[in-house]
Amino acid sequence: MSMTTTIDSSASAIEPLFTFLSYALIQAELAFFKIPGSHVVARYIKSSHQNDPGRTVLEILLALFAIRTLLQSRTRADNGEKHFIQFSKKEIDELVDEWTPEPLGAPLTAEEETDLASIPVVSGPNGPRPKLANTGKQVLNLASYNFTGLAGNETIKQRATETLRKYGVGSCGPPGFYGTIDLHMDLERDIADFLGAEAAILYSQAFSTVPSVISAFAKRGDIIVADRGVNFAIQKGLQISRSTIRWFDHNDLKSLEEVIQGVEKDRRKRRGPVTRRFIITEGIFEKDGTIVDLPKLIELKHKYKYRLILDESISFGTVGRTGRGLTELYNVPATQIDLLLGSVANGLNSSGGFCAGSRVAIDHQRINGTSFVFSAAVPALLAVSASEGINILRNTPSILSTLQENIRAIRTVLDRVDYITISSHPVSPIIHIFVHSPSTTSAHTQHMLSNAPAKPSNPASPVPRDALSFDIVGEERVLQDIVDEALAQGVWITRARRLRGQEVVEARPCIRLAVTTALSRKECERAAGIIKAAAVKVLAKRK
Amino acid sequence: MPSPIALTSPPRQESIFKKKRSPSYLAAMRSAQSYLIALSEADARARVRDSASTTSTTVLSLSSSPTTSSEDTVLNDTPYDNSDGLAYPITPPTSEQVVSADHLQFGFCANERYRYTSAHKAGTKFKDAHEQDPPYYILLTTYLGYLFLICVGHLRDFFGKRFHPTFYRHLLPFDGYAPLNSDFDSFYTRRLKARIDDCFSAPVTGVPGRTIMLLDRESKDYNNTFSLTGTTTRGLNISSYNYLGFAQAQGGCADAVEEGLRRFGISTCGARLEGGTSELHVTAEALVARFVGHEDALISSMGFATNSTIIPALVSKGCLLISDELNHASIRYGARLSSANVRMFKHNNMESLESLLREVISQGQPKTHRPWKKILLVVEGLYSMEGTLVNLPGIMELKKKYKFYLFVDEAHSIGAIGPNGRGVADYFGVNPRSIDILMGTFTKSFGAAGGYVAGSKALISRLRLRGHGSVHPSQLPTWMDLPPSLRDGSEGRMRLQRLAFNARYLSRGLAKLGFITYGHTDSPIVPLLIFNTGKMCVFHRMMRARKTPIVVVVVAYPATPLVLSRVRFCVSAAHTKDDIDTVLGACDEIGDVLDLKHLPGERWPLERIMDNATELVNMED
Repeated sequence: MSMTTTIDSSASAIEPLFTFLSYALIQAELAFFKIPGSHVVARYIKSSHQNDPGRTVLEILLALFAIRTLLQSRTRADNGEKHFIQFSKKEIDELVDEWTPEPLGAPLTAEEETDLASIPVVSGPNGPRPKLANTGKQVLNLASYNFTGLAGNETIKQRATETLRKYGVGSCGPPGFYGTIDLHMDLERDIADFLGAEAAILYSQAFSTVPSVISAFAKRGDIIVADRGVNFAIQKGLQISRSTIRWFDHNDLKSLEEVIQGVEKDRRKRRGPVTRRFIITEGIFEKDGTIVDLPKLIELKHKYKYRLILDESISFGTVGRTGRGLTELYNVPATQIDLLLGSVANGLNSSGGFCAGSRVAIDHQRINGTSFVFSAAVPALLAVSASEGINILRNTPSILSTLQENIRAIRTVLDRVDYITISSHPVSPIIHIFVHSPSTTSAHTQHMLSNAPAKPSNPASPVPRDALSFDIVGEERVLQDIVDEALAQGVWITRARRLRGQEVVEARPCIRLAVTTALSRKECERAAGIIKAAAVKVLAKRK
Repeated sequence: MPSPIALTSPPRQESIFKKKRSPSYLAAMRSAQSYLIALSEADARARVRDSASTTSTTVLSLSSSPTTSSEDTVLNDTPYDNSDGLAYPITPPTSEQVVSADHLQFGFCANERYRYTSAHKAGTKFKDAHEQDPPYYILLTTYLGYLFLICVGHLRDFFGKRFHPTFYRHLLPFDGYAPLNSDFDSFYTRRLKARIDDCFSAPVTGVPGRTIMLLDRESKDYNNTFSLTGTTTRGLNISSYNYLGFAQAQGGCADAVEEGLRRFGISTCGARLEGGTSELHVTAEALVARFVGHEDALISSMGFATNSTIIPALVSKGCLLISDELNHASIRYGARLSSANVRMFKHNNMESLESLLREVISQGQPKTHRPWKKILLVVEGLYSMEGTLVNLPGIMELKKKYKFYLFVDEAHSIGAIGPNGRGVADYFGVNPRSIDILMGTFTKSFGAAGGYVAGSKALISRLRLRGHGSVHPSQLPTWMDLPPSLRDGSEGRMRLQRLAFNARYLSRGLAKLGFITYGHTDSPIVPLLIFNTGKMCVFHRMMRARKTPIVVVVVAYPATPLVLSRVRFCVSAAHTKDDIDTVLGACDEIGDVLDLKHLPGERWPLERIMDNATELVNMED
């Protein structure tokens, strides 16, 4: 229509083509006006063009762009990019021939080989006094997570066997597709009741629980303020959430408050909308055994309107009068914590993880918790074992008091040993032993002594400002010597294993003891004595 | 030839833990006659009990001593009448045949004709699964259905927010907190899925074997919350991942597990590298490696986590991960965690894969054009929503030329595919060692829990040190089920052949009835396309409400494309030919009511399909 005039002038030279074109145009126009509603469109385009010719061009361009976007395949992304280089078929063949990939997994070094071979294998059942397959000797076990001593509990075994004969082994399906067994619902209720939370959800593995819960709520654009010393599972959760991460100094709530204030100032400056904001930290830190000041944390959370995600993987089942975790230790209602994560594997000696919180938050995970939705449910007999474990903890407060006595017995011996530092809180069932190394002793102690570092660290980076430097390989070797020495004397301990090169900040090497209630006080003292002797022997030689 | 499940030549395996006594119920039930006597006695007892009290909680109560007598273990705890037709075999055992398993958990089927061995014919070309499009009016109504639901949903939201603001509080900013879940993100869940929530997450009890016991529930607030009514419904289970039928509370596996529990306890207490490696792990890993035909294996406590923790240990920045567009969520999750570049190719399409490979190898890394450190192709052996088998021969050819590493996720195919049940490599006759990483789970075919990866010795050792699971305390339970099929052929082979027969029979039977199904006929997963979401939930409810209730899984968006809602049948070796007949019959009836038969081509009436089952199964593609 409006375009015809321009076409006319340019095509006037070629007479037959012109006739054909005008005929075709008339036909097209007739066909176009047969479509109902086409008059409106034509009128709109006409008036639009008369008012503003530039707009017509823009609209045509927009329409073309929309068509191009629609036609573009989603899987072929790179071809249009400016970095794309055109190659001929032959060139591609040559490039394919030339390309040599790296090996899928680098072969182990000799050191790693020995490292892997040195891992003790338990022969028979694991427990407080297992027999190791490597040596055939019975040892005192301060390496395995058997805090509550439920491993090998006869009542639990009995209940598990009965369940096996009733439910079979596997659940044979994800919870959405007939994998929800009544026993799972019972366990979820038991956990919620035990903690005093509104509801709980059961995941089939503790490690997967944490990233799954974090990514179910925290999305791109949300803000997470996390402790610099969080465990690997949380780090993975932070990574997969794609949220904006701000870090505060390890277990330093003053730093947390500063970071939160910084975030708020930032938001005001940008005039951004209120997004979801989370504080993520651990109850007892897996990396060094310190304990977070929960009442203060909750105060801050309320003050700044953050939601709290607390990972109680270590503290659930190990602290508090009956093992309810940090909430019992500090006498804080569990409802104050928005999402409380815990492990069914550590404290209850079964398998799986859970998240407790409000009903809305839990139901949300039943559809959005990736590893809940896409994974087979926990086997029935494990769910029953965990329920029975909770039952035992509830009725036997002596389990936890004995555990605390054992911890005290070991700490009394080890706290006074030279050459080593213990970072763990006095009630923590995991005890981390670090060695002083000549180069870092002063810096480390300074860091431990001075409450406030001179300048705050950069909240966008997980590395603190006054980061310690330490010799990972050397310290690991020394620690392994202590471990070997202790094992030779009949005490099984282990270095805390880290995934070097995969964590956001390298953790300092340490030995991690896991105290159990199943050993007697005498045995604990003896074991601590042996560890002390081993440490002194190895470290004194080094000096 | 004696039936493989006849006790005259007992197919029972030796337990790996030298058992001192054999299960007494087996000894007590030497013949079919004693089984039938036991049956009638149990029936009589049940009648007496039913008349005495109306509350029958026996189903849920645990029998105190599991192996005291035959009646107690097999029959006493199931006081059902046979009104649903599930309790006793339709084709009863003859006097020589002996039933060694509870018919409710593992169906009795002695007919040797109902067996089939699945394998890819050597030398034949891989055939892509045919995906038939439905008529246009079906697509149109499906889209209109969604449109209608979306409009109604927005209307309800609009008025709801004004008249019942408390219901929407968690979706709106409140007291300075941003909503935990945004109004927009949850729209689909609240307004579309909630309408059919009764089809999902149904709670169950007991063994998810051939039949499954559903706990009945009701909702008084439009599916917002459910409450259990206290009654139960037993249905034919064609939903659970129980390919080989090992979901059993009796038999060799359960005995091994019981022995394992007794001797090793429940948990190994700790991460593998710290304080949680047991000799059982070592044995199980060696066994898995031998079964799948690789040098070494590493097991983990959860199938999902196997993918999500091993993939990041294999590839990192500077590497490329090529993934099939329909790969499972756990693979995508692992890929996201690995920070490698990820590219996708069209589902099972070798041309798409090859052109992608040529492009990425020639272009190198984005922007820098440096060559990739390594390229890892991740595919599944059997796709759980489509029922398609991976084109392994095609991939192996490309692998030779393009030098990528291959990771095959055999979560669904291990134990379910191949003449020896050793997965897709077995099925296609490919040497398993030529595949770099074989991953699988114990949940599906083996009725246990957990996952594994198998590969070369050096690679697995590397993964032991680098895998995320190795250092995090996620104990692997020690009672790791060691499926007897790994150790002994006879019973395992029978199960495999029954599975292969059932799978082919169901998928071909449905096609002959006129239903549109996806996937390969050897796949134990048979998706039946329904298209309209509205029909999907009606199908589910009608199947469940039948005289012989059938429990099915229905899947819709977002697990499938918007218009491709489907029912997913998971066939098991525990099913009998009669069970498949029941399913076919039910589909036939419901398919007519709901107008689901849209496949062009020859159709057979139900009787002809049932009578010619073996012919149908043995037919060439």
